[in-house]
Amino acid sequence: MKLNTPSKLEKILKSGHIAVTSEVGPPRGSDPDAITKKAEMIKNYVDAINITDNQTSVTRLCSLAACIRLKLMGLEPVLQMVTRDRNRIALQSDILGAASFDIYNILCLSGDHQSFGDCGSGQNVHDLDSMQLIQTVRRMRDEGKFLGGDDIGRPPQMFVGAAANPFADPFEIRVPRLAKKIAAGVEFIQTQCIYNLDKFEEWMKLARDRGLHEKVFILAGLTPMKSAGMARYMKNKVPGMDVPDEVVKRLSDIPKEKQAEEGINICIESIERLKGVEGVRGFHIMAIEWEEKVSEIVKRAGLYPRPEV
Amino acid sequence: MIVAEKKPIEEIIAQISEYKNILILGCNECVTVCEAGGKKEVGLLASALRMYFINAGKEVKIDERTLERQCDHEYLDEIRDIVDRYDAIVSLACGVGVQFTAEKYQNTPLLPGVNTCFLGVTEDRGLWTERCQACGQCLLASTGGICPVSRCAKRILNGPCGGSTKGKCEINAELDCAWQLIIDRLKALGRLDEYEKITPIKDWSKDRAGGPRKVVREDVQI
Ligand code: SF4
Ligand code: SF4
Repeated sequence: MKLNTPSKLEKILKSGHIAVTSEVGPPRGSDPDAITKKAEMIKNYVDAINITDNQTSVTRLCSLAACIRLKLMGLEPVLQMVTRDRNRIALQSDILGAASFDIYNILCLSGDHQSFGDCGSGQNVHDLDSMQLIQTVRRMRDEGKFLGGDDIGRPPQMFVGAAANPFADPFEIRVPRLAKKIAAGVEFIQTQCIYNLDKFEEWMKLARDRGLHEKVFILAGLTPMKSAGMARYMKNKVPGMDVPDEVVKRLSDIPKEKQAEEGINICIESIERLKGVEGVRGFHIMAIEWEEKVSEIVKRAGLYPRPEV
Repeated sequence: MIVAEKKPIEEIIAQISEYKNILILGCNECVTVCEAGGKKEVGLLASALRMYFINAGKEVKIDERTLERQCDHEYLDEIRDIVDRYDAIVSLACGVGVQFTAEKYQNTPLLPGVNTCFLGVTEDRGLWTERCQACGQCLLASTGGICPVSRCAKRILNGPCGGSTKGKCEINAELDCAWQLIIDRLKALGRLDEYEKITPIKDWSKDRAGGPRKVVREDVQI
């Protein structure tokens, strides 16, 4: 087994285990307990924890500081980094800052447009895009060079990830786009939340037809629905989200107080089905403000205990 | 062309409140085409202001003039003899014209009468849309002739992002996703294979990031 970095996530994936990751969204304030409490809840059930970077463009405690908190707890963070808020100086600088705390995983994203958040009248940066950020981290790691060409003292050692959304349009380029990210140097993918399993399987098939499943580790993204209302909201209001009518119906057909439980059931059934899809190498469980459910999902989906590597 | 839109009249009134002799100065180029600052709009604004001042019981003289261009020395010289009659000029040219007029006539306050919006086209009657941000290093050869810098809300050079939905941008269901357009166009040209070429990191020093820009052409200088 050839490892490119000291990342535990990389080791788990390359050892052939099904990986499980989850995420913690930092608070809208400076209380570190908000991070550590959520992390405590999930830490025994996942291999690595993503920290979101001002998700949906709402200003929050920074991803890097929250990753450091996890590191201090002895956990394995995945630093999410969007290109919306930082130019190439700040991106490279934050990567080095993270590397100085031995943060070994990064997820390169473009980020939602700022109009979704609390600073709609702000500028966006987008000096690089997510594809180019992948290239940047790989260059910093593999060549030990800054974008400007100078040498980096103690280059970062990061396992490089990105997102993929099989459900955004146009569908026909969603696999070519994955290929493009692989060519840019991405090593693992965490997908958008999957509710339309048929479509996801079609995407995976097209990826397999090109052998892409052997070039990148694909972690299937899942978010349990808390209610029929949430399902409707995700279906109608969140761009790039594909929630089939059956999912909305299944939740709305049962009494309100049972819907959350049904949401968990759907999530677990999805994991069971996706385990059988060739090329799915793990699961990324995004239980948004519902971290207490991660343990149940992981256990009931047969993903517990987590491997020791 | 440069696309502009009229400033609200209240804002113009507030800008000119201390003046008694005002020239409204239009421009016969882009702002005429986008119906924000040509001869017609100069006339409309002048009438509206006269009406306002009459009703407000104030004596303010409003004159009208429209130049061929306000971004050229030659045409700006045409008002040299009359500028001193006014204690302010409201220019309905784009921000370029306002500034060039101000540079030429140092002693006359110059006030903008339009908001300069973008470089764009007349897509339809009464509809102007953006096409270019003058990034200084045109990429259109590799994007099927559609500009991701000005037309993608995140100026993603290797798009589309995960928010592209049914051909529309994640920020607004009325707005075309630039990358959907690029892909459609590459397909029409039979060049979709080019999609997989990664657009390298852009040199933004040719963009506004590099500071005020200049084009020097020694071959045409005299
Ligand atoms: S690539 Fe640059 S120069 Fe070309 S159309 Fe777009 S903004 Fe204008
Ligand atoms: S949806 Fe299309 S136009 Fe909008 S930000 Fe994404 S790639 Fe750009």
